[in-house]
Amino acid sequence: MKARPRRNSRLFKAPDWHLQLYVAGPTPKSAAAFRNLERICEEHLAGRYHIEVIDLIKNPQIARYDQIIAVPTVVRKSPPPVRKVIGDLSNTERVLAGLDLRRHDSSPFVSRKGKTQL
Amino acid sequence: MKKKTTDTNRNELRKSPTGIRGLDEITEGGLPAGRPTLVCGGTGCGKTLLAMEFLVHGATEYGEPGVFMAFEETAAELTENVASLGFDLKTLIARKLLLIDYVQIERYEFEETGEYDLEGLFLRLDQAIDVIKAKRVVLDTIESLFSRLSNPAIMRESLHRLFRWLKQRGVTVIMTGERGEGPLTRYGLEEYVSDCVISLDHRVLDQTTTRRIRVVKYRGSTHGTNEYPFLIDKVGISIWPVTSVHLEHHTSDECIPTGIERLDAMLDGRGYYRGSSILLSGTAGTGKTSVAATLADATCRRGGRCQFFSFEESPEQIMRNMSTIGLGLQQWVKKGRLQFQTVRPFYYGLEMHLARAIRLITEFEPQVVIVDQLSGLETTGTPVELKAAMMRLIDFLKMKGITAMYTDLTSDGNSLALTDTAISSLVDTWLILRDLELNGERHRSLHILKSRGMAHSNQAREFIMSERGIELKDVYRGPSGMLTGSARAGQEARERALQVIRNEEVERQQLDLKRKHDLLERQIAALHSEFSAEEARIGRINDYRLRQKQSRAGDELEMGLSRKDDVKIGRKLIPKNGGNGTKS
Repeated sequence: MKARPRRNSRLFKAPDWHLQLYVAGPTPKSAAAFRNLERICEEHLAGRYHIEVIDLIKNPQIARYDQIIAVPTVVRKSPPPVRKVIGDLSNTERVLAGLDLRRHDSSPFVSRKGKTQL
Repeated sequence: MKKKTTDTNRNELRKSPTGIRGLDEITEGGLPAGRPTLVCGGTGCGKTLLAMEFLVHGATEYGEPGVFMAFEETAAELTENVASLGFDLKTLIARKLLLIDYVQIERYEFEETGEYDLEGLFLRLDQAIDVIKAKRVVLDTIESLFSRLSNPAIMRESLHRLFRWLKQRGVTVIMTGERGEGPLTRYGLEEYVSDCVISLDHRVLDQTTTRRIRVVKYRGSTHGTNEYPFLIDKVGISIWPVTSVHLEHHTSDECIPTGIERLDAMLDGRGYYRGSSILLSGTAGTGKTSVAATLADATCRRGGRCQFFSFEESPEQIMRNMSTIGLGLQQWVKKGRLQFQTVRPFYYGLEMHLARAIRLITEFEPQVVIVDQLSGLETTGTPVELKAAMMRLIDFLKMKGITAMYTDLTSDGNSLALTDTAISSLVDTWLILRDLELNGERHRSLHILKSRGMAHSNQAREFIMSERGIELKDVYRGPSGMLTGSARAGQEARERALQVIRNEEVERQQLDLKRKHDLLERQIAALHSEFSAEEARIGRINDYRLRQKQSRAGDELEMGLSRKDDVKIGRKLIPKNGGNGTKS
């Protein structure tokens, strides 16, 4: 699918990438995770993603339904399969690997870099 | 709330009963309430089941709802696994007495980057506890987190926090853990739990397995320290500890009939003491089972209940065989007074046999228990183990006041089997059944080796089985030893013949004597008459002499007169005797 203009994508069409970020209250780790996630998505999935932040303190029952044990956790809801990355997402490479972002990435630079690192 | 805990006023550790049979006995009341307990053991030794039972009993018996946090099995799997034990988890879940939270952590789903904590897990648990107001929590097994999350430092920090937090919440926690090589658990879970550690074990010895449980540690409480065997069967986990090491069971003066009249007579005319243990040993085919079945029959006939354990024959076979000696055991089975439990000895380990036996006895509450036969159990353990197990069984039965009969097979030539020597000091009454081979026949004899507290007979009896049942007969004891069977009958016939001869002899002697007596009588009579005759003769002689004398005197006078003897004439006037002097 073609990339759409970045700013309007979320408004007009459901994005390809649905990411959920589970946090437990406004902790420094949660904030760091959110910042890191947004940065990575902007770099690799510009205009094709949506981040949903779920605070487990407000909705504790969700942890059970969504099988969350550690916070922060990012869950790739779509596209399938479901993938999870836990931690503050400070290691970009691991986030990319964990969310399996490289295959969908348009940038050959990152892809190559990833390969050499692995 | 029906919470059964010890009195908190006495500053004692509050305990949370597990409801698992025997475990509360060992732990003297249950697990430490409001604290975590570690249950560790190898794979398949019953950790999950123990934990689940803790929750189910808590929910159903003690009014304490529980949360089961499963890391390895899903709620559906858990429900299915314990359904066979009669635990209806679905209903409990619906009644909000139980909540199962399956924590799915598949490693391939995870990628770890940077800092994180297990707040999500805490929140889940916290929420679950709140939803059903849980008092009990199981974490089965939280170790899986270690294998799936790569940062042990975070794990440790989180777990420390978790247990601090659980203690604050005041819930009683069971945490299960896999047994490790060196430490108790593979990931050193014991470092988080310092209050109570229970170890489960599943050992295979000679191809039979025995499950054992041990309370390794219980802070602030005394507890049984031994390894106790436990069972997992259709009612779940049960432990059968012999906690009473003291011999303080109530002894009864009451006796129960043996079912064999003459055996009663041999036993002081009363039978076996109620609550005593009787060992019946003998070689193959001496009628051990029959004596035991007779006791069972007699017990049921009096309206009692009897539990019959057989390691050799099926119930049908026993009943058929016993019907040939006139025992209709079927009727008692139908009436629910007689219960058979037949299983091959090697099917379970010794402990399992014991535990099953004790469970059955506890449920059935019989007055008499028969174990036929002990020798089968020899293969299931060492003599030391067997003796320990027997001691526990005997003590258990004595405490309950149940009369127990154990039969034991001894080998030919060896009157006492291994088991005999092992338990002989434990039994109160010891009957020996013996084979006697004589004149090409085989006969049985029975004697009492000992019977504590009873003036029992010391004589052997011949033991006869017929369609009328068991009979005891006197054996012939003579100079040539003990005789039984046809030898006894032959000997008796010979004795009778001898007696007849002896009687005739006596009669003849009596006749002789009588004859002699008569003869003497006659002789006496003859002598008497002779004597009288003699007397008469003497009388006659005297008379004659007197008459002669008189006639001679008359004659002299006549002659003198005729001779004109003046002297003589003159003397006619004087007394006669004067005349004699003048004659010369």
